[in-house]
Amino acid sequence: MITGRFFAAGADRRIAITIFILLAVAVIVPLLNLAVSPANAFYVPSYIVALTGKYLCYALLALALDLVWGYCGILSLGHGAFFALGGYAMGMYLMRQIGSRGVYGNPILPDFMVFLNYKELPWFWYGFDHFWFAGLMVLAVPGLLAFVFGWFAFRSRVTGVYLSIITQAMTYALLLAFFRNDMGFGGNNGLTDFKDILGFNVQADATRSALFAASAVTLAVAVFVTWAIVGSKYGKLLMAVRDAESRTRFLGWRAENVKLFAFTVSAVMAGIAGALYVPQVGIINPGEFEPANSIEVVVWAAVGGRGTIVGPIIGALLVNAGKSWFTGVLPEFWLFALGGLFVAVTLLLPKGIIGMWDSWRGNARALRAASIAEEAGADPDVQPPAKIVRSAARKPGDWSASSPEPQPAE
Amino acid sequence: MSKSNTILYLDGVSVSFDGFRAINNLSLVLDKGEMRAIIGPNGAGKTTMMDIVTGKTRPDEGEVFFDGQVDLTKHDEAEIAMMGIGRKFQKPTVFESHTIEENLMLALKGPRSIFPALFHRRSAAEMRQIDDILGIIRLGDKRNEFAANLSHGQKQWLEIGMLLAQDPKLLLVDEPVAGMTDAETEETARLLKDIARDHSVIVVEHDMHFVRELGVKVTCLHEGSVLSEGTLDFVSADERVVEVYLGR
Repeated sequence: MITGRFFAAGADRRIAITIFILLAVAVIVPLLNLAVSPANAFYVPSYIVALTGKYLCYALLALALDLVWGYCGILSLGHGAFFALGGYAMGMYLMRQIGSRGVYGNPILPDFMVFLNYKELPWFWYGFDHFWFAGLMVLAVPGLLAFVFGWFAFRSRVTGVYLSIITQAMTYALLLAFFRNDMGFGGNNGLTDFKDILGFNVQADATRSALFAASAVTLAVAVFVTWAIVGSKYGKLLMAVRDAESRTRFLGWRAENVKLFAFTVSAVMAGIAGALYVPQVGIINPGEFEPANSIEVVVWAAVGGRGTIVGPIIGALLVNAGKSWFTGVLPEFWLFALGGLFVAVTLLLPKGIIGMWDSWRGNARALRAASIAEEAGADPDVQPPAKIVRSAARKPGDWSASSPEPQPAE
Repeated sequence: MSKSNTILYLDGVSVSFDGFRAINNLSLVLDKGEMRAIIGPNGAGKTTMMDIVTGKTRPDEGEVFFDGQVDLTKHDEAEIAMMGIGRKFQKPTVFESHTIEENLMLALKGPRSIFPALFHRRSAAEMRQIDDILGIIRLGDKRNEFAANLSHGQKQWLEIGMLLAQDPKLLLVDEPVAGMTDAETEETARLLKDIARDHSVIVVEHDMHFVRELGVKVTCLHEGSVLSEGTLDFVSADERVVEVYLGR
């Protein structure tokens, strides 16, 4: 039934195109990296594969944030925490894969544990030598944290700025906790020096390409899942809670459960993003819990267009590409540029790039309609262009262009 | 006083906010199938009374019973809504980024948990119900319009339509004709009288002309308790009502 809606004529072509592009990229980029000789003009160097793979993980994180912020109005300033937890779960698996190849050659204990005089493996490291177990934890740990956190926060009806602040406090608390050596997660050095994933060398070009492809395919799946959620009756309810929470309550809906579901799904998506990210960058440390990271995610989503599915992906890719370029050219000014970007987007493009594109297209269509009407000798006043713009940009079923604006802090 | 055969029974209800007694020993009984108009000056406690009935505010003391036996003070908004009390806010509150049809779809009586909503498919029966309601609230030609594009009066109607979709036993309607033209007001009075045929209704309104149009028993609240109760003529002849509310 969901696929029926997906293939319905003209239904959300943008989503279909995005998924198609992501799947195509998942095939083409690895091919161009592995099967084309470095001398060829179409060759994609390995560092580009690793870099864009990383961006795709960020895009998934931004999409996860947008599910709660854009569609439910929950401005989470702590989504980096779920990302990092997913990353740590994957990192623990990768650490256990090192085995006796570590500096100290201990077959059970990772290097940092030998260094810190651990006698035996802490209980919470058990099972992480199995990929399936680590994979389960990638989903379960962020999901469970979000569930418990959300259960208390939403039940107590913490909303708006207060919720944003406590999500920020959550990621900061985790940052401090993971910095401690006796937490058993490698302290401030984190987990690194990975060797194998599923028996393949993480440094090898083929593995990197495979990880890139996995990231692209996962993002495509996430786009589809988000689209299916947002288009369902539940998705409409989600936006209803965003726009008029008390109305949903007096209709008998439990707004706290509506939010909790979205928040948990979003955290799981963020965790998956983190798990894909870690083998591609080769390290996970408490710095990933940094509150500033979570705020950056908000900027990505805002730049691309919150409350749209494609927007956060475009935002994450563009801002990070810009960051890579900017930090190379003028490293000390990057944070100013990022801050300036956020201010500029908020003031000039309140609906982000996608929103601007939509209204620009709506305007163009309205102008064309008006000029056709004029040529036909019809009275152009009959349909004032302003009205056409509105209905063009906001045709029924087009959730991406929903207005009124989600309130930033509600 | 017997609670049986009442749809709403408030006895000795008081609530105060920071020392201010918004509701003071209020007693109010609504029979099954009755429509009641509530009038009173600003701050008389009309909206607070609705907050108490719908579970938004807990009373400090007093009894609140629905349908003769359900103690409403022990339930929250969502539970009370599911039991069959619908509420229209003073300011029309609809889901502006959804179409009229979707607004009604979200209000339709049915399961209220997440997973059924996630896998919900609209059925022919639901569409029929929505068609009926669209006919009643006279928005049939606007079903695919966004609620944000409706006029103020149309939003009021849509909200009443959402209450109908909930199929409640008791409707609490807060200032349904605020900001409406005379023609719309008349239409709304007719609509509410229609609804009152098979629902119990409480209407809070300032517009005396509208209240007269409804032609039902009137309760005048003042400083959190009942000042006068009876036919509109009786209440508007009451010296105290004239003093605090109607003016000389």
